[in-house]
Amino acid sequence: MLHAKNKTGLVFFPAFDWAISPTHPEREERLLYTQDQVFEEGILDIDGIVEYKPDIVTIKDVQRVHFCVPDVNSVMTESHFISAGGAKKIGEVVCRKEVDRGFALVRPPGHHAMRVVHGARGFCNVNIEAIMIEYLRTVYPVEKIAIVDTDCHHGDGTQDIYWHDPNTLFISIHQDGRTLYPGSGFINEMGGPNALGTTINIPLPPGTSEEGFLYAIKNIVLPILDEFKPDLIVNSAGQDNHYSDPITNMSFSAQGYADLTSLLKADIAVLEGGYSIEGALPYVNVGIILAMAGIDYSRVKEPDYNMDSIRQSYEITRNIQKTGDAVIENWQQRESMKRQIKMGKQYDVRTRHVFYDTDGIFENQYERIRICQECAGVLQIDSSSDRGRRIFAVHIPIKACHVCKEMGYQWFDSAKVSAFDKIFLQDRVKDEFFEKSRNSQVG
Amino acid sequence: MIIGLDIGGTHTDVVLLGQDGIIKNVKVKTDQEDLFSSVLNALDKITESVSYSDIKRIVFSTTLTTNAIAQNKVSPIGMIVLGGPGLDPNYFKTNRHYFVISGSIDHRGREIESIDNDKILKTKTALELEKIKHIGVVSKFSVRNPSHEIKIRDKLKDSFDKIFLGHEVSGNLNFPRRIATTYLNASIYPLHKHFFEAVKGSLEKKGLKAPIHILKADGGTMNFESSIDFPAQTILSGPAASVMGAIPYAGDNEEVLVLDIGGTTTDMAILINNAPVLAPMGIEIGGYKTLIRALATQSIPLGGDSIVNVINGKITIGPDRMDSAMIYGGKYPTPTDAFSIMQKINNIDNQQAILGLAPIALELGLPIQDIALKIIEQACNEILAKAFEMIDKINSKPVYTVHELKEGHQIKIQKILVLGGPAPYFKEYLEKFSKIPVMVVPKWQVANAIGAALAKTTCEVTLFADTEIGKVTAVEENFSQNIRRDFNKSDAIDIATKLLKEKVVRQGDGSEDFETEILEELQFNMVRGFYSSGKNIRVKVQVKPGLIKGYKI
Repeated sequence: MLHAKNKTGLVFFPAFDWAISPTHPEREERLLYTQDQVFEEGILDIDGIVEYKPDIVTIKDVQRVHFCVPDVNSVMTESHFISAGGAKKIGEVVCRKEVDRGFALVRPPGHHAMRVVHGARGFCNVNIEAIMIEYLRTVYPVEKIAIVDTDCHHGDGTQDIYWHDPNTLFISIHQDGRTLYPGSGFINEMGGPNALGTTINIPLPPGTSEEGFLYAIKNIVLPILDEFKPDLIVNSAGQDNHYSDPITNMSFSAQGYADLTSLLKADIAVLEGGYSIEGALPYVNVGIILAMAGIDYSRVKEPDYNMDSIRQSYEITRNIQKTGDAVIENWQQRESMKRQIKMGKQYDVRTRHVFYDTDGIFENQYERIRICQECAGVLQIDSSSDRGRRIFAVHIPIKACHVCKEMGYQWFDSAKVSAFDKIFLQDRVKDEFFEKSRNSQVG
Repeated sequence: MIIGLDIGGTHTDVVLLGQDGIIKNVKVKTDQEDLFSSVLNALDKITESVSYSDIKRIVFSTTLTTNAIAQNKVSPIGMIVLGGPGLDPNYFKTNRHYFVISGSIDHRGREIESIDNDKILKTKTALELEKIKHIGVVSKFSVRNPSHEIKIRDKLKDSFDKIFLGHEVSGNLNFPRRIATTYLNASIYPLHKHFFEAVKGSLEKKGLKAPIHILKADGGTMNFESSIDFPAQTILSGPAASVMGAIPYAGDNEEVLVLDIGGTTTDMAILINNAPVLAPMGIEIGGYKTLIRALATQSIPLGGDSIVNVINGKITIGPDRMDSAMIYGGKYPTPTDAFSIMQKINNIDNQQAILGLAPIALELGLPIQDIALKIIEQACNEILAKAFEMIDKINSKPVYTVHELKEGHQIKIQKILVLGGPAPYFKEYLEKFSKIPVMVVPKWQVANAIGAALAKTTCEVTLFADTEIGKVTAVEENFSQNIRRDFNKSDAIDIATKLLKEKVVRQGDGSEDFETEILEELQFNMVRGFYSSGKNIRVKVQVKPGLIKGYKI
């Protein structure tokens, strides 16, 4: 009799009636063959694997993370509420200890969605992992969380949301940003001044195969996780590093993904990208589920799998070792680097341009954070888009100190409604959200 | 006139129904060692002074195959299994003669690896040496492309009496369940065939030539001829019989909970608009998870004769039944005794019940009436809790589209129908604690036999079309046809419905009225590169389960 060593929860939500557009990679068909494989393997009958129905997230759940412009309902479709709800459900059953681990096999994905949302970028509207994490932090006793993003694209949205949070370790392993969307995720992107070092980027060269990925996990990710000691590990489990993926250039495999999953031992996995819907996803997803559950996956192989034909070159191996050494060195020196960067400063500012490729929106951001010795620091964002919308947003972090809390309310109160379409305040300490605008004063 | 016959573990119930109602019913003891005589005996009694030529149909519900599986008294068979990428098929080993052979098909039905012919021949020799007569052949994704199973059958058909193929048992995806279902089908085939041929033979000899139908676990029937190839579908038809017998008392468009309260257990099922709710996958029996369609049911070890105890100051009811109730000569207190104390049972001396409940009253320091009420309340609440747990489970069944998740139907019970010995006593209290109207099924003593007699033929058809490959198939029906690129979902529904209508005539008696319904209709655009390469269409249709018309009860 088959039996899961780790009791594993599964939310499967393929959204068979939702697409960005009929021929878009993010379309109805994407998880069809994965469903066929999962059903045919009888995975949902295995003792110790439990399927859950997704929740639907609330507007409040979304507003713990995002500032949506002009409002939540304008940037989300029903499918986004369910996909985030799938992640939330899995997070809940893991935190309630109904299961040891869980996998939200949902679409659409979320890891390119940043804190401010004007529209969709990289097929993502809202960040489903962040919505789950902030919900869990509010309801369950979890503080330190590690997110390991193994999607082929840099998880720039998740990075943005946790850029200033020293309690969230964000590690992204991805194809080098010089060769792939979104063009970021370099080693020197290490987080804001209050959280320097807890953002970690591991760019890998095109053509990286099993050897390279598993090297990065064993020699970079696991040692850092050991030291960080998170209460919860979340895997943003994108599957587009696969050798057959049509929009990336890596050489990873189903066996490799399953091995990676076994090594990482994430509490929660959430599906991100992955667009080789026939040749990769059915096998990769089955491999990940079995690996999470602790069931033998050695026979889960793509029909055309050939280890020799996807083997990485010696140059790639060397390149990854060098990257690893540099990342580890940064990690070890993070405290002194942080001290240096904070020294003598009251505030830090960042100006950015964000392009929403899926919706074709340009955004300009001016961000200001209070340098704080006590907490993650209160944050203000002035954001305007080429659609003519401008907002001012204040974020008070969940463990904010008294000074940062006070300052957040001051910023919000003194912001002039005449200058902005909306003014938002996200108070994570009280778990409250306020907004004001020319038309209405209080939200 | 029609006959319904339900052979239960202890009793066999038979009913003779005419157009105006029940003409006669008979209850005889079941002799488990000799079911054949029990059946003939019961049929002799029910047909006394009836002209055989007036009998239009006979429907059997039996525990024959169920018991054989439970007691592992099944025939040795050979299983040949073809896997492919994924879990090792050895995890799903059903029996001793289980051979895994290479050869595989992928999710769209394309061959990935051809069959290992040498190994097939070696397996054949090994099975022949063991004198195996019947075999099952199952390949992964055979519901998408059954060619491997068919090739192996063609190769081996002269060496074995009967070969069962996985794609014939169900159109659903689930390789381990397909293996188990094929195995059960093959291993009870000789027993089922032998038994029903003997019954049919004896009846014919007497001159009783009415068509024979067999009740299935989904509350529908199939004719004798069809049952020979699919005997596994007769497993666990018993619980379905009573539920079908309750249908005449459920209203149109009503959502009804059916409780069959026995001495030892209470069985539960749901009716929506006069049709039973089916389990999502299939029955589980003897450790096998199968693809055999069945009612969604739940059972709790609590009935009228369950033993009542006090453990750590708390009343417990069941899970065991030791004996009859004390008022009927048993040695242990039961809910039935509690009902007698509440004066709910007419013409009975409740002296023994009072004696039985006295120690409990003493231990808990309460008057005996209060104790009786407590027992009844607890029994009702445990039954109701289990029933609503089942309903919650059905309501929280995962769905895979935004539409279903937002609009998905949620069952809300409007009425409770109870049957079984203690049902009349429970009625008032169940109503009180559930706040839902409760009705005792009239003639509940023979509801199971009535349910069997009146159950319609049920069947389903699963159709799969892939316009890129250019084929539409319904593998269970042995149907495959080339299609053009403009083939669409409505074409698929038309073909599936036509196949279904043929199937219901083939498996039924050809005279029933029936209603077809669409269970699943999905159409996906397949996009390769940036262009549409075809459509992937999945359709499932069924004959709505229910009761045949023309007979009053």
